[in-house]
Amino acid sequence: MNDGRTTKAISGMDSVNTTVLGADEIILNMGPQHPSTHGVLRVKLKLDGERVAGSECIIGYLHRGVEKIAEHRSYQQFAPYVDRMDYVAAVSNGLGYCEAVEKLLGTEAPPRARVVRTILTELQRIASHLLWLGTHALDIGALTPVFYCFREREEILKIFEKYCGARLTTHAFRIGGLQYETYDGFEEDTKRFCNDFAHKIDEYETLLTENRIWVGRTKGVGILNAADAIALGVTGPVLRASGVQWDLRKAQPYAAYEQYEFDIPTRDTGDTYDRYVVRMEEMRQSRRICLQAVENIPTGPIMARIGKVLKPPPGEVYHSIEAPKGELGYYIVSDGTTQPYRVRVRPPSFINLQAFDRMAKGALIADVVAIIGTIDIVLGEVDR
Amino acid sequence: MGHLIPPSILPYVLPVLYAVVIVAVLPLLAGYIVLMERKVMADMQARLGPMRVGPHGLLQPIADAVKLLLKEDIIPDKADKLMFWFAPLVSVTMALLAYSALAIGPAFQIADLNIGLLFILAISSLGIYGIVLGGWASNSHYSLLGALRSAAQLVSYETAAGLALISVLLLAGSLSMKDIVQAQSDQGVWFAFSVPFGFFIYLVGSIAETNRAPFDLPEAESELVAGYMTEYSGFRWSLYFLAEYANMIIVAGIATTLFLGGWLRPGARYHEHIPGTAIEWLDALPALLTLGVALYSLSLAPKQPVKIQKIVMLLVAALCLMVAGVLAGALFAPPAVLQGIHGAFWFMAKVFAYIYAFLWIRFTFPRYRFDQLMRLGWRFLIPLALVNVIGVGVAIVLRQQWAWGPIVSLIPTTLGTLGVAMLLAKDDAPVAEAQTADGE
Amino acid sequence: MQTLNQALFIFFAVLAVVSAILLVTRRNIVHGAVFLITTLLSTAGIFLLLEAEFLFIVQVILYVGGIMVLFVFVIMLVNLDDSMRQVQFNRQWFVAGALALVLAAQFLFAIWAGRGALRLPAMAGEISPKNTEAVADALFSHYMLPFEIASILLLVAMIGAVVMAKRRVE
Repeated sequence: MNDGRTTKAISGMDSVNTTVLGADEIILNMGPQHPSTHGVLRVKLKLDGERVAGSECIIGYLHRGVEKIAEHRSYQQFAPYVDRMDYVAAVSNGLGYCEAVEKLLGTEAPPRARVVRTILTELQRIASHLLWLGTHALDIGALTPVFYCFREREEILKIFEKYCGARLTTHAFRIGGLQYETYDGFEEDTKRFCNDFAHKIDEYETLLTENRIWVGRTKGVGILNAADAIALGVTGPVLRASGVQWDLRKAQPYAAYEQYEFDIPTRDTGDTYDRYVVRMEEMRQSRRICLQAVENIPTGPIMARIGKVLKPPPGEVYHSIEAPKGELGYYIVSDGTTQPYRVRVRPPSFINLQAFDRMAKGALIADVVAIIGTIDIVLGEVDR
Repeated sequence: MGHLIPPSILPYVLPVLYAVVIVAVLPLLAGYIVLMERKVMADMQARLGPMRVGPHGLLQPIADAVKLLLKEDIIPDKADKLMFWFAPLVSVTMALLAYSALAIGPAFQIADLNIGLLFILAISSLGIYGIVLGGWASNSHYSLLGALRSAAQLVSYETAAGLALISVLLLAGSLSMKDIVQAQSDQGVWFAFSVPFGFFIYLVGSIAETNRAPFDLPEAESELVAGYMTEYSGFRWSLYFLAEYANMIIVAGIATTLFLGGWLRPGARYHEHIPGTAIEWLDALPALLTLGVALYSLSLAPKQPVKIQKIVMLLVAALCLMVAGVLAGALFAPPAVLQGIHGAFWFMAKVFAYIYAFLWIRFTFPRYRFDQLMRLGWRFLIPLALVNVIGVGVAIVLRQQWAWGPIVSLIPTTLGTLGVAMLLAKDDAPVAEAQTADGE
Repeated sequence: MQTLNQALFIFFAVLAVVSAILLVTRRNIVHGAVFLITTLLSTAGIFLLLEAEFLFIVQVILYVGGIMVLFVFVIMLVNLDDSMRQVQFNRQWFVAGALALVLAAQFLFAIWAGRGALRLPAMAGEISPKNTEAVADALFSHYMLPFEIASILLLVAMIGAVVMAKRRVE
């Protein structure tokens, strides 16, 4: 199970050598290079005519040994590596890791740092969902929303660049707090973005939400009911669209989330359309959080007093946050030295991807692409 | 001039000349429609589109054509060579052949067949062989499936579009393209306004017939089944491409002739003159528009970064000036010439407007899944088209028996078809027919 | 004009005959289908030369654009490898050839005996300039009953095909 090269076949596909199994059954291979698998994902589908009878996801094409590397780096040295896992939402990866180590050290970041972290993480959530929306719509055939989404995402990335110098792999946070103070104009930029964004997201909704073709392509496709979702360990928007009200920001608040008012969007069918609606609504809620946070950033220090050399006492900690894609968890075992004994990452995409087989069973080939898109996976996270 | 040419050949000179013009101009026109598509796409996606090759990308089609001609001609190993060579040929030939019955202006028609419309439909239906044989010749399971799906889609939507055309034929009373435009001229109102449902059905049917989004599943890159064109590259592929865009123009030409008044000037009854002259405002419009384009190009010329782009921009401005000159000169010519030249202008303007609608729809809507596509064609469009035809029949009875006016008689038709459409649309709600019950 | 007509007729006739011969001698069935299409199109051309435009267009739309598409679909969806490897001519080809010659001789004799009837008299009355209208007039007045019967037959066939196809799925 630690070897992430192949997943076990979940459906009854014992032999994958033959290409023609019966009169109507064939095995179709999608990827690893494919315009719609969002990274190097290989999917083997067993087709019965037009319908998918079983599937197997073969991953590991992007495995870089991140967890092993962690055993040979100091805690601060490892921080930039976590950005590269979910490279679409780097800031939240950093948040999870820094908070996990802070828990291990028994400290907490100062209030100002926590609020700024919240703002940046919520902006990152919006950016991640925008990328998801653009690519998902593109797979289903809507050629225009992707450009609009990237235009909004550009604004967020500009804020990140002004803040920490990088757009994508930001390493925005440090263990114990923040390295950089917010730049002059940070609040204005954020407010301006949030005010523009409300209008923009309504525009995207007019393009897709009530569109007959969009509804026809997404309603009833890739249904995952609540019981299955919980049994498979699915988290994030996928879980909430299936009817389970579970969001770590409310259930186990971290950073500065308990100070703010926001809703957790939930739907009940668990099909692709519901996941779309949940993520659209989440973008709105993130905007709400940002606006509340930006009104009132407390003054004070941005870094806790933890010293330059970090030697956490021996012990272990598991800390998870609500990343845009689901529950991102870090299980860190310390043996008292400057380098962790073990860092295990619980990537949301990896576990959500296991629901793919359940969702794809009985679907048509043309829906497979929509289902892969709706789980919102990033292969960097799946393979680490 | 009639004295120089022996009388036995005289009737053939003009049609042959027109045919040569069409065959020569069409590839260029198709190329520029591709450029138009890229620019319109870019505009809708908040970006600029091709800007480098020629000023504002105006030489892009030429660059693309040269590239395609110079590409290596790859034939898959086990492909059926005869069919592989033959299939794109069929597509292009049929696409070009359909132009022989199209009337671009009152004087610009290769052959005024009295079955003109049926001829174009027949030739369009022959174009299916290009797709099917191309898919077969590629010797790939998925190319073949994609080709057969494409063909099935074409056949289904051709039926719906044909039925929509029939409703117009009933009103026009003739299959000849010229007579249909004449009927609209007599009526004073274009058929798009008097039979709007016919227009709508034809619009949707024509989008599906040319394999354009939202009906382009057989061709889309992100789908699993590769399209029939996959194994073709270089010149052969450009033949398919030319056939597709030529088909688009033909379909737009049919829609223009039947629904949008052909070469009739919009506002044909509006005869306000420019004070002091005998020229009507609307007649002066084409020349003024082209002059405006010419001046705009002239103003853009100094701003181009590279010298060759400046030169091309000036050439474009010169070309537009020439066209404006011809259009303006026609104002002072006898009415037949005026109608001929301006008719061609209005026809092309309407064709481009229709194609713009195609592009607009392509970049706004997602793609239909194949079964949803077929369901839409057979369970919504064809019944609606049938109801429309019956409704038009009722309108004709109203006209003949009770002497209702040409437009008034069609109001019950439109209302009835609207009612049926709403019923069918509700019945056809996007239901979760997609998945069989899971639970294994 | 006369010579053009004759030249076109000879072209279409030769094309039809050559296509027909190629059709029956091709080993590859898809090639055969394509040659059948060419044969049908040549016949349609001959109809057009005889000023029967409606027949021409119906031949193209229905035969070539409908029925042949169906043929081609079926050919492509059925596994053809076995049929391609079958022997085309069996050992009785000599007898078959002799019989075909006898049949051909009979045909030629019949045509030679009735060659006087091949020269059609000049057109007596005027042909309606619009062939389609003439056909429509005849079809909806004199031949209304056969038209309706044929329509119902087609409808029954369509419904039957749909029912049969549906039953197979279940």
